[in-house]
Amino acid sequence: MKDMNPVFKVLADRTRRHLLDRLHTRNGQTLGELCEGMEMTRQAVTQHLALLEQANLIAVQRQGREKLHYFNPVPIHAIYERWIRKFEQPRLNALHDLKNRLERK
Amino acid sequence: MTDDAATTFTYVTFIRTTPDRLWSALTEPAFVKQYWFGATIESDWKIGSTWKLVFEDGRVADGGEVLEFEPPRRLVLKWRNEWKPEFKAEGYSRCTMELEPMEGAVKLSITHAMDRADSQFIHAVSGGWPRILSNLKSLQETGEIALKDKSADRSH
Repeated sequence: MKDMNPVFKVLADRTRRHLLDRLHTRNGQTLGELCEGMEMTRQAVTQHLALLEQANLIAVQRQGREKLHYFNPVPIHAIYERWIRKFEQPRLNALHDLKNRLERK
Repeated sequence: MTDDAATTFTYVTFIRTTPDRLWSALTEPAFVKQYWFGATIESDWKIGSTWKLVFEDGRVADGGEVLEFEPPRRLVLKWRNEWKPEFKAEGYSRCTMELEPMEGAVKLSITHAMDRADSQFIHAVSGGWPRILSNLKSLQETGEIALKDKSADRSH
């Protein structure tokens, strides 16, 4: 994964991260479903989704007349492989859990 | 409409190779072994034939039936985990691999789906596929794999 610029560029936007979060929670949603609760036009959501697809962060599949959007973890996995993997995963997990627990209270 | 009674994950990666080379990498045992953490795939690749993924120690990891085989474009496998009782109990999933030539690269899309909500097996493979694809990509592009161990975080 030589050029990660498009991935970081596309991730540098709260709306697009939010769309990824929603697909992460429930994979394979239609445009209509993804527009629900978003305070923007359908067209704006479509544009964000197109950028996510260009950066390979989502994959779009046709199912009958619908297009379903899927979170594609491959580019983020590449980021993980590049910078995180060599550190011990259990310790990172422990820190991550600790942070979550502390911040919740 | 999204089908709520299904769990689907999809993985897309772009590999600088040719469809024929990538197809061999997906279907030839010696090739598979190089990036699938020592496991290898066995089948005669006829439609309706069985296929299995075998660990180095001989245990069968996964297996099923060849549903579609169209080199070098599309491979569809009926797929069941064979070594974890809780996954095996979920029954068969379906894995579709599609290869699409792009400029100087091949777009590989892998879709793994099971007709049940919240399939534990599909969640489990969702961690595995990106690692396998990452290895496959480096093997095809550089001749070397990136990850030697199945899991660096697993204590032995």
